[in-house]
This record gives sequence, structure tokens and C-alpha cells, in this order.
Amino acid sequence: MSIHILFEGIDEPGLNRLEVYQRRGGYQALRAALAMSREDVLGELLTSEIRGRGGAGFQMGKKISFLPRGDMDKYLVCNADESEPGTFKDRELMQKSPHMLIEGIVIASYAAGIGRSFIYIRGEYDYQADILEAAIAEAYEAGYLGEQILGSDHSLSLVLHRGAGAYICGEETGLLDSLEGKRGNPRLKPPFPAIQGLYQGPTLINNVETLSTVPHIIRMGAAQYAEIGTQTSTGTKLVSISGDVQRPGNYEIELGIPSREIIYGLAGGPADGREVKLWFPGGSSAPVLTKDDLDVPYDFDSLAKAGTMLGSGAIIVVDDSHRVLDVAYKLAKFYAHESCGKCVPCREGTNWTVKMLQRIETGEATPMDLDIMASVQEEIIGNCLCVLGDAMAMPVGSIIKKFRAELEEHIEAARERAGIGSLENVIPVGVADEHAGPLPVH
Amino acid sequence: MSGYDVPRFGHGSRVPGWDQAADLTKDPAVIPDSATTLVPETLRAGIEAAMAKYPERRSAAIPALHLAQELHGWCSPEAIEQVACVMRLTPAYLISVATFYDMLETRPKPRNDVFVCTNISCSLLGADEFYEAMVAAAAEDPDVGVRSFECLGACDIAPMASVNGEYVGPLETEDAAQIIEDLRAGGPVLEAKQLRFRRSVDPGAVGP
Repeated sequence: MSIHILFEGIDEPGLNRLEVYQRRGGYQALRAALAMSREDVLGELLTSEIRGRGGAGFQMGKKISFLPRGDMDKYLVCNADESEPGTFKDRELMQKSPHMLIEGIVIASYAAGIGRSFIYIRGEYDYQADILEAAIAEAYEAGYLGEQILGSDHSLSLVLHRGAGAYICGEETGLLDSLEGKRGNPRLKPPFPAIQGLYQGPTLINNVETLSTVPHIIRMGAAQYAEIGTQTSTGTKLVSISGDVQRPGNYEIELGIPSREIIYGLAGGPADGREVKLWFPGGSSAPVLTKDDLDVPYDFDSLAKAGTMLGSGAIIVVDDSHRVLDVAYKLAKFYAHESCGKCVPCREGTNWTVKMLQRIETGEATPMDLDIMASVQEEIIGNCLCVLGDAMAMPVGSIIKKFRAELEEHIEAARERAGIGSLENVIPVGVADEHAGPLPVH
Repeated sequence: MSGYDVPRFGHGSRVPGWDQAADLTKDPAVIPDSATTLVPETLRAGIEAAMAKYPERRSAAIPALHLAQELHGWCSPEAIEQVACVMRLTPAYLISVATFYDMLETRPKPRNDVFVCTNISCSLLGADEFYEAMVAAAAEDPDVGVRSFECLGACDIAPMASVNGEYVGPLETEDAAQIIEDLRAGGPVLEAKQLRFRRSVDPGAVGP
């Protein structure tokens, strides 16, 4: 039996309007929450142990409890800048059930004592932004937003902010800079946004899916919500599955089910006669897994144990009709384009990885290039302000590690194609300095 | 990011003059004088309304540039000047913002935008072929600009494109000509393939 919480009847026509949402019991959770004390609502979120659905998987209740108490200006920012390749779950949520998100924002802001909130939506989601704008206007009209919501002492303003197309603005501190009207460069952490975020005030940043789940936690009761899923990954997760599968789309799953069940059971697997070659379990930033890993349970900790991550919950399946070289090249090119240029390892590392992958295609590479490339990836990881560089280094590094034989075949084949000559003549035997690059080709 | 493309020769080296220093004898560009800068009334009202939404007016930079781009077709020096005048910022600051973001253009662009997603999920399913077909179809039409774009967040309809903000997919190479035709006609583009009408694939999503 599959459990549906967020996606329960989400295709109902008109659900994006307040009237239909209310008829289905919408905003009842908000009334219930406002009848409780702020501490009790926060207690519920802590008990539910819900982990952030945006990528890092940090517990939402804990994040709120890091916010300083007191009457200063505090902010809530909903991260709707969904641009991780392969991810499209928030788009469907916002388009079909915008009030669920608004209700979640109001409850979360109540728990954290926040008076101002923003939704940062990526500029490309024009249609979804229009829907949200209309929904926010309806919510203001009905008194779910604004001063003294439903007669309580809680007041909240909500502003929809449209971005203008930059992957890096999905990174929380880059997003804050962008929301402040600057170039979206990430900031040095710490201080973390919970202490010093938007306009230097304490800021709570959460993903659309996380916030949309909040009303359901209040409605069901945190203890019951925590029953779903596994011990450390509670609840359900929206999984965006795309690539070489027969039924791509968003599916709601209980955390902890085998990955095979998602890829083959729900999405139908690759076309007949094709086999899974590699798959990304959590967006294109996650280290890749192969067909031997299909039975890994799909939850935060099992995937971490398998050497990868759940990330944004986007599965991209690549079947055996594609070359890993093309996959790695697409990845590297994307991150090189989106690097903001602030930190050297990321700016140069992404750029050079692209060039080295091009060398393989043109036949100029030797297998030693793979070692150099792998070492470049290692130098990027952990050495930048944000994880954009890591987001390229992890999948590309894992591809080099897991598909080295195939990449070496590409190198050999490309050399032959280009008439550069066999590798036998160029691989130096016994290089004195193991860190030295390849010898020049004559 | 989208940045300024350095003009290069075919063999890769930069065309001389690309890095010519700024004219230091010129006066620095300061915040434009509101008495002498003519700003269209609708644009001024739009920017002022945007600024009022935030605790700090600077936050309205991106919405304001969007508005100016809508009015002028691109973030022209004139458009930047007008935004700078209303927001009381320097044009240089706004240019630095505009060049960071992919959707803000600091060079003239055609009226219609076709963004073809060529990221990983779409390219696995043939987005690169579609992009080429789209470029070929639009070659004759000066009103249509085709760009290969990063993941647009609609991999369920891969390969896909965003035509003036409307998501369409899954696309086949024949659809390229149809998109051009629909854009010329001025009506909805590829209505049968628009994302907004697509139902969820999740079995639990069916309404009562």
C-alpha cells in the first residue's frame, strides 16, 4: 500500500483556488496550530523529525530551534528556486496546490516567531509564479496572511520574489544575496542564515516540499507522521524520475522502499531490451550508482552509506545506449556555466574538467588524464564557500572511478579515430615524479 | 554566468581591444538625475510598487530589471538608466546584476524567446537534435531567438522547451516548425503539448 500525503488527489481541478482547498479541509491545520502555543508547534515539528527536502537533509525542527528568541526582525524564506537538474517536484506542488505551501509557511513562521516571509521562485517558472501570486492574494483576502491571523497574535507578510535564471541562487546564501538585489554569490558560513541571514537578520530557509508537509504533520500529529518511513528518514518523499524510463514524472513514495521499486515498479524502467547503466539518486549533483545498486533502500542514510546522497530526490536514469563520456561532459559543462566565479577551485576546476573531457573526445588524452581529472575533483571538494563545485566533483569523480574501463576505451578509440596513434608509444614507463603530468606527444 | 563574451578569432585568441581600459577622462556614471531622466509612467509605478514590498529597496533590483526588459525588449543602457533613476542606484550596480542572470539580457534580443533545455535528462532523450532543428527552423525569423538553456525543471516532459515562458514537451524535431508557425500566428504555442494541462503520473494524484 502506497501512502499519499502531499499528492493525495492533487490533480483535482481547481485545487489551486482557496475555495476548493478549503472544502478539502485546507487551513484547518493552521487553525489547530494557532490554538497551540508556539513551543508546542515547534515541539511537533521536532517530534516528526522531518528532514529538509531541498538537498542537505537537515532536520527542520532543529533548524528552527537555532533561531534566536526575541523580538528582532526574523525572516522565513521559502526556497522555490528549483534548478537542480532532474528535479521538478516543487513545480508540480506549487502549480497544483499553492495553498498547501502558504499554509505551511504560516505555521512554520508561527512556530519560529517570524513576521516576514518570502518565496524565492526561479524566474523560469512563470506560470507557477502567477498561480502563487493569485493564491497569496486570496490568502490575504481570507485573513490567513497579514495582521493578526485568524484573531491570534501572529502576523505575517508574504512576498513572492521571482529570480532571473541562475542555478547558484538555489544555494541558500546565494539565494539570500539575490533576494537582497545583488549578484547571487554565496556567502562565507558561518555565520549560518539562522543567525545572520536576510538583511543580516535571523532567517529560516526551507524548501517548498518541506514547508508543504508542515500542515500535514500538524493534521496527522507528529508521532503518527514519524511512523511513516524509516527511523531516521521519516515521512514520504516526492521523487522526480526522468531520463531513460518509460513513465517519467513525480511520484510520492514512503522513504525506505527499495530503489528498484521506484525505477522499475513506478516508472517502468528503461525501454524494452535496455538496461540501467547508471543512475543519479538525488539530482545531477549526487555521485552515480550502477545497476548493482538498485536494491539500495531509498532514504537519506542508506544512500549515504552507499556513497551517494538523496539530495533533492531526483532520480535520473541513464540506460546502456548512452556513453558515460557524454554524461560526464554534460554535467561538467553545466556546472562550469553556472559557477559564480567567486572561489578558484570551483571556477577553474569545473572549467578544466570540461577541457579535459573534450580532450578525450578529440583523441588527445591518455589514461593519465583520468588520474589528473580525478585529482582535480578531489581538490574541489570541501574547498569552496558553497557546494556547487562539489556538485560537479562528486558525480564526475564517481564516474571516473566506476567507469574507468569504458573511459579508457573511449580514449583509445578516439586516438585511433584522430590518427594520433596507439597508446603504447606515449605512456611513459616509470615516471620519476608521480605527480607529473603526461609527457608531451610527438 | 551569461556574462560578456570576449570576441575571439577562430583559433581562440582574443581580438585586440577587448580589454581596452575605460575612458578615465569621462565623468563617473552617478545616480541619474530624476529631473532630467525621462521614465515612462507605467515603469516608474511598477518599480515603486516593487520597492514598497521589501524592507530594503535594493531587493527590487531583479523585479525592476524584469519590468524594464519587458518594456524595452532588453536591458538597454536607456532601460538601466531609467531603473537606476527610480531606484536611486548607480547604473553600474544594475549592470553588474543584469549580467549575472541568464534571463536578463544586456544585448538586443529578438522579441520571442525559445529556451531549449539541453541538460542531462533532456539530452538523453534527444534534446540536442531538437535544438539543432529549432535553430534551423528559426534561422529565417529575426523575431525568434533560440537558446540552449540549463535544466528548466520539467524533465518529465523531456525533451522540452520554454517558449516565451510556456513549457512545451515532449518535443520531436517536427515540432520546431510548428513552434515558429504558432509564434507567427500569435496564438498559443503547441497547445496539445503544454505542460499546464498535463496530469500527474502518480496513481494517488487522481482527485475524488
